[in-house]
Amino acid sequence: MRLDFSPQEETFRREAATWLEGQLSGPFADLRTGRAHDISAPERRKEWERALGRARWSAIGWPEEYGGRNATLAEQVIFAEEYARARAPGRLGHLGIELCGPTILALGTEAQKRRFLPKMSAGEEYWCQGYSEPNAGSDLSNVRTRARLEKGPNGPEWVIEGQKTWTSLAQFADWCFLVTRTEEGSTGARGLSYLLVPMHQKGVTIRPIRQMTGEAEFNETFFDGARTAAENVVGAPGEGWKVAMATLSFERGASTLAQQMGFRNQLDAIIGAAKDNGAARDPLIRQRLAEAYAGLKIMRASSLRMLTSAQSGKLSPEAFTYKIFWATWHRKLGELAMDVLGPAGELGTAAPYELQELTKMFLFSRADTIYAGTNQVQRNIIAERALGLPKEPRGGA
Amino acid sequence: MQFAFTEEQDLIREAAQTFFREHGASQRVRAAMETPLGYDEGSWATMVREMGWAGIALPESVGGTGLGNVELAILQEEAGRCVQPSPFFSTVCLAAPAIRHAGTPAQQESLLGPIATGEARAALALTGAGGAPGLEGIGVTLERSGRKSRLVGEASYVVHGHAADLLVVAARSPGSRGAEGVSLIALPAGTKGVRIEKLVALDLTRPMARIRLENVEVTTTQILGEPEAAAAALTQALRLAQIALAAEQTGGAQGALETTTAYAKQRVQFGRAIGSFQAIKHRLADMMIAAEAAKSAAYYAACIADTAIGELAEAAAIAKSRCSDAFFDCAANMVQLHGGIGFTWEHDAQLYFKRARASSTLLGTPQYHRELLAQLMGLGAAS
Ligand SMILES: Cc1cc2nc3c(=O)[nH]c(=O)nc-3n(C[C@H](O)[C@H](O)[C@H](O)COP(=O)(O)OP(=O)(O)OC[C@H]3O[C@@H](n4cnc5c(N)ncnc54)[C@H](O)[C@@H]3O)c2cc1C
Repeated sequence: MRLDFSPQEETFRREAATWLEGQLSGPFADLRTGRAHDISAPERRKEWERALGRARWSAIGWPEEYGGRNATLAEQVIFAEEYARARAPGRLGHLGIELCGPTILALGTEAQKRRFLPKMSAGEEYWCQGYSEPNAGSDLSNVRTRARLEKGPNGPEWVIEGQKTWTSLAQFADWCFLVTRTEEGSTGARGLSYLLVPMHQKGVTIRPIRQMTGEAEFNETFFDGARTAAENVVGAPGEGWKVAMATLSFERGASTLAQQMGFRNQLDAIIGAAKDNGAARDPLIRQRLAEAYAGLKIMRASSLRMLTSAQSGKLSPEAFTYKIFWATWHRKLGELAMDVLGPAGELGTAAPYELQELTKMFLFSRADTIYAGTNQVQRNIIAERALGLPKEPRGGA
Repeated sequence: MQFAFTEEQDLIREAAQTFFREHGASQRVRAAMETPLGYDEGSWATMVREMGWAGIALPESVGGTGLGNVELAILQEEAGRCVQPSPFFSTVCLAAPAIRHAGTPAQQESLLGPIATGEARAALALTGAGGAPGLEGIGVTLERSGRKSRLVGEASYVVHGHAADLLVVAARSPGSRGAEGVSLIALPAGTKGVRIEKLVALDLTRPMARIRLENVEVTTTQILGEPEAAAAALTQALRLAQIALAAEQTGGAQGALETTTAYAKQRVQFGRAIGSFQAIKHRLADMMIAAEAAKSAAYYAACIADTAIGELAEAAAIAKSRCSDAFFDCAANMVQLHGGIGFTWEHDAQLYFKRARASSTLLGTPQYHRELLAQLMGLGAAS
């Protein structure tokens, strides 16, 4: 058990840091925000994604033929940390690179890998996740969106009908990975397929949904006779549930360390504010700041444990607890930020509804315990899969 | 970077699990805890003589195994999982690091040798009647005049002090404060003027003693290192002890979780296992979340202690605060989720609950460590 890095790895760290510094103090200085959720300059963000792709920093863990570097786990950890340390912006391409890409790598065909991965890592194609529906949230297997195979001009095609919701970044996406029912009359986890669907077509309509923060990062997405080629299914038709679940397990990848460094920047901002306004002298605030700091260090240790054992193909117990731990930690950090800022934190910066960074974080952190499995669902998963307790009963039809 | 146990470390854990399955079994723990000594001498002899665990983190030059704090943490974790009573913590985790960090090479050899081989049990006499943690709580004075020195005062919370052959006494020069004037003195328990009284402690699995020193004469060779210059060594030793204690608490949290999970699967009310009620499932999930976070904190700190990267002070404060809280939460839930049986003397929940409370106080409460952390984070002084 060791936490230090080898001299070669430190060389790699310098290489990454140097490149990032060059870009973010040069051509991309305007993007040096460290912000995770920012949809204000999508074209600039796409240029940044393409720059990452050209320099092969976009998906370093992938094989070289798909635009990666075959990077080791330690290198992925290092890059994620340097990325956040440099205050580089949140990745517009993350749904592809972190979720769909690894799924295709693990379960896709050779042709799918060659078709989709290079464009993903190059920042040429963007993705969104079509899982949730109005009546399928935590109970994802209740998906109603349907697809059936029909003859098309260039061979058989899936024709899709239905509605997805809460689709993040759909307005910037070229493709959607979609969980849909392909077996007539099937229910539950059976009869679902994992389709890859182009977004720029007549049958797809996107309607932004304004969030609590005032911004509209997520959308309603309607499929009315939308089409995709028959071969654009990952895994066998009808086996989509397994594929959809595999995607969720990739959410525990090395990029989580970059997220933590982003959290670190937020905590530093809170500490700075506390020192400025005197809150840092308050014994209760001190306890909470220390607790937050400790939690962040533990999060890093947990993710290194998780990633190290994942490398040898093991799912270690802390992996089950990781999502709820960080989500809850971050939600508490938001509350701490508001308590530190005091009344000043409740004032916006511009009309119609521009808020301070930490205030926005306070609001956004309320979503962390909802998406990617709510805290309640996470507890069910821990109790049932890690501790072996009885499963939740299902209601009747 | 490989933040997972090595094969060798896994083997140490397996050996520990085998040992504690027998020696940490509930009846055995309870029988030992009711004796005047408070632990099982046979188990202790096996641990230190056959298994060689007393020297696990001591260098080979003094007869140890030359392994480190990660290996020690593994043993502590497994011992904590069954709340097994023994003078291991006081001897190996508290007194030994104090000697190692403060003593001269000759003192280390003569004092650590018998500890490594299991001949000597030791205790650290640190905290006076006031109970303040760390150096501030020292309740013994070292009065020096020429070559002769005398110890006067009292240490009140000496873990396994009644069972020690060797006392390591923390003392201050008269009127000194903070890091100044702190000495560590090696004192055979039988020395004239040393009065040791076993106390009734909340946690019967970890007895404490009050040690009164009535003008005890000490020679220069008994003072570890230089007189009045032991503050840094003692602080370092306490950090290592906090990490070892945190590892033990992690095991306690895990033990509470395991026992309670098993009970929730088997106890039936309203025609179904109580473990099928979401209120119970979610509490058990929360216990696991806390226990896993505690493990990460303890392993991280033990790793820092061995590789000397990063900040030991910080890692110790994080581990001791988090693992204390996690163990207490898990033990409290253990009582609650067992219902009436959980409140009985007969059920082991009480042992975990009391160990959790007592170990939370020992070597500094979570609040104390978070305040230390606040200072390390550069928050300045509290108002
Ligand atoms: C910011 C944001 C971005 C998102 N982005 C995407 C995206 O890109 N693509 C996508 O597909 N989805 C996305 N989602 C949707 C997200 O995955 C769902 O909101 C989530 O799965 C919860 O589903 P729901 O909203 O239908 O809530 P519900 O499932 O209706 O839950 C309501 C409440 O009931 C509780 N509950 C439900 N089931 C149980 C149970 N069995 N036991 C105990 N409690 C239960 C929940 O915990 C919650 O508190 C996003 C959501 C947010 C907030």
